[in-house]
This record gives sequence, structure tokens and C-alpha cells, in this order.
Amino acid sequence: MIEVENVHKSFGDSHILKGISTSFEQGKTNLIIGQSGSGKTVFLKCLLGLFQPEEGNIVYNGQNYSELKLDEQRNLRQEMGMVFQGSALFDSMTVEGNVKFPLEMFTKQSKSEMNDRVDFVLKRVNLSDAHEKYPSEISGGMQKRVAIARAIVMNPKYLFCDEPNSGLDPKTAILIDNLIQEITREYNITTVINTHDMNSVMEIGEKIIFLKNGFKEWEGTNKEIFKTDNEAVTNFVYSSELFKKVRQMYLEERN
Amino acid sequence: MNYLEAIGKYFIMVWEVFKKPTKWPIMRSLILKEIDELIFGSLGIIVFIAFFIGGVVTIQTALNLNNPFLPKSLIGFATRQSVILEFAPTFTSIIMAGKVGSYITSSIGTMRVTEQIDALEVMGVNSLNYLVLPKIIAMLMYPFAVAIAMYVGILGGWIAAVFGGYAPSGEFIKGLQMEFESFHVTYAFIKTLIFAFVIATVPSYHGFFMKGGALEVGKASTTSFVWTSVVIIILNYILTQLMLG
Repeated sequence: MIEVENVHKSFGDSHILKGISTSFEQGKTNLIIGQSGSGKTVFLKCLLGLFQPEEGNIVYNGQNYSELKLDEQRNLRQEMGMVFQGSALFDSMTVEGNVKFPLEMFTKQSKSEMNDRVDFVLKRVNLSDAHEKYPSEISGGMQKRVAIARAIVMNPKYLFCDEPNSGLDPKTAILIDNLIQEITREYNITTVINTHDMNSVMEIGEKIIFLKNGFKEWEGTNKEIFKTDNEAVTNFVYSSELFKKVRQMYLEERN
Repeated sequence: MNYLEAIGKYFIMVWEVFKKPTKWPIMRSLILKEIDELIFGSLGIIVFIAFFIGGVVTIQTALNLNNPFLPKSLIGFATRQSVILEFAPTFTSIIMAGKVGSYITSSIGTMRVTEQIDALEVMGVNSLNYLVLPKIIAMLMYPFAVAIAMYVGILGGWIAAVFGGYAPSGEFIKGLQMEFESFHVTYAFIKTLIFAFVIATVPSYHGFFMKGGALEVGKASTTSFVWTSVVIIILNYILTQLMLG
């Protein structure tokens, strides 16, 4: 579980995060949504420890990040997995090298144990036959799956995903969403996803946080988002005619 | 103020490089890869430049020593002094700032742009140690490359002198051995070691802290070459004054 208390972050004169408080539950897919420039990426980078908030606390299972020493912070980060928007795979390494990298860096496993673990996670993301390929030789969807495999290879407690569906076709996007949700439940991970994709919101949003101009405007579940009267949320989520109709049908069905 | 901030940030970066070391087996393979890339990959250009610079130094010295009372051995003496004291350590380092420096800045800068450095940090890896330390250690081999440059530079000078008809071989070799001070070689190697550290760290700084996209990677490489050269030239002056002055 991650608890966020009154987090503020600025860059020069621009105040990006203005006192965000919330919590992200274990075993659930938590989504951060909001328009471009609302502070989602900055918030995610604060959660990852890449940005240090000027004010407020981020507490990971009782460990307050800002109170930890640099080495303790790095150790905590070893419990985090991250799927970057552009996958951020090491382009000089093969798929196997990328996935094996955290094991080589932080464990004392033998080569055969590492190979078994790599085989297992690559199989889990349906990429059993891509071991020797380089990131430039595989599709965007496959790169995302390799990034997920690399993120989960160390059995992380926390999984962060920045726009995991960006640049993917709808079918692959759903596949990636379902994979993340399955993995979250299977390993009881606290997963936080930064997304623009409304399909993801509807499909896997077990907890949704809506950011607007650096404030937390709304939070709830994918069921509650249909019923909300919050104008900012409805304007953002139901901006397309299709989603407006879906919402109308849902509300009519309920009535 | 910006320059002061950048200098401070550079020294903090250098301090961070030596913290939280990467596991030795991984570091060893990174160092070997960097030695291959930075040192062996540069030997061709170093030998090529040293050979012709040695030749040019000899020809220019010979053309300026046209007084019949001056012995021809002075051509060998001047070539040796120029090559050992300046051309091999400093000139080669400026070339290396361009070749190796731009490679370091662009490779680290591309990793920054494509979030690969963020990925390392999120995993809990000390990215500065992982990326920069192997380059610093690999560059400790750089004095060997400069020793080769010294040898080839003098060889180029001998060939230019003998086959260009500027000095007989015996006179040239006599000049090479004339009033030889071994400390000059020590001075050249100390200088080279310090330049090696600069060539490894200044471009790393420009790559690591760059912001923007692909275009900025190119700009950072150019800036890194300019600053590495400036630092080498300034340090060359200071070291020469301290050690020979």
C-alpha cells in the first residue's frame, strides 16, 4: 500500500502538484487520469522517487520515503517495477539481457536459476520465443511486454506504469491492460498506472484518481465514474460521443 | 552563476560516481567493453595522426634550422621534445575529446532521452557508477595509447627527416638521444592521466544532465567537445607551470 499525504511539487515558479493526498491499495490496479499538463507524470515520478516533493509524504508500507537515507531509498526502489511510456529497454541488450539485468545486479542467483526465472516471466507475458532478439527487432506491443517482464522479474511490491497503452492498437492495448491486472492480482502488487486511455479506465480502473491543474479533483472506482456528477470528470472521461452513449446506457440500465 | 552551478554539479557527479558500486563481475565486463570501445577503437586514428604530425614537426623544424652552423641533430632533438612534451599528450587528447568525448556524450545522452537512465535509477542502480566508472577506469589505459603516439610520432619524424633529405639517420638519432630527461616522459604521462579523467567525466556530465530530444543530443556532444577541449588546454597550462616551470 502507498499512502500519499499533501504532496507539493514545483519547478521554478510553476507549482505542479498542489497538495495531493490519496492512497493506492495492494492487489488493485490504481489509475491516475487527467488532461495533459495536469501533473500526472510529475506525480508518478514523485511516487517512484525520481522527483523529491517539497512538501508532504509518500509512505510505502509504513516507510516514509523522504525519511530514508539514499541507500535505503535505492533499496526500496528495488521493490519497485516500472513500465515506461517508451518501454525504456536497454537497446544494447537482447530481450533476455534486459529481463535478466535486475537479477544480475541485485541477486546472488546462479546462471541456471536466473535463466529459469527469465524463462518463467517471459512465458508469463507470452514472449517465450523472443529471448535473443534486440528491442529494435520487436514490435511496440512486444517491447511493452518485455518491459512488464523486466518490471516483475524481481517480484516487486509496487508496479508503476506510465501510459502503458500509448502507441498500441486497441487489441494489443486491451491485452496489455489485462496482463497488468492479472499480474497485479496474481502477485498481490500495488499497481499504479498513469493513463489517458478511457478503455483502461472502464476495464481495469479498480481505483481512479482524477487530477486537474495539480489538484486531486476526484477519486473513485470504474463503477462510480459512471455515476459521478463532477463536471470536470464527466467532461474529461465522456468527451467522446461513444463514451457518452455508454454512460447513458449504463445509467438507463440502472434506473 | 550558471557556470559556478555547473562546476559544482560536475564535482557532485564525480563524487556520486564512486558511491554504491556495481557488482564486480558486471563492472568487469563493462570495463573490458569500454577499453575495447574507447582505447582500442581509437588506436587507428591516434597512430595515423601521430605519424603525420611527427613528420610535419620534423619538416618545419628542418626548414627553420637552415643556418649551416646549427647541427642537423637539433632536428631530432626538437622533434623528440615537441612530440613527447606536447603533441602526443595534448594534441592526441584534443582528438580524443572529439572522438571519445562525443561518443560518451551521445551514448549517455540517448539513454537519458529514451528514459533508460530513469529505468536504471528506478531499479535502484547507481546509474552514474554503472555508466561513468567503467569509462574512467578504461581511460586509465589511455597513457599506453599516448606512449604509442610518442613512438609513432618520432618514427614519422625520422622517416620525414631521412627520406625527405632533411637530416641523415645518424644525426637525427643522435638528436633524439641528446640531453634526454626522463622526467619529461613522466610529466607527459601524469598530464595524460589527468586528461584521461577529464575526457571520461566532462562528456559524461554533458550526456547525463542533458534535457530534450535527439537534436539536443547532438548539441550536447558539440558542447561537450568544446568544454573538454577548454578544460584540457587550461589544465595543460597549469600542469606545465607546476611541473616544469
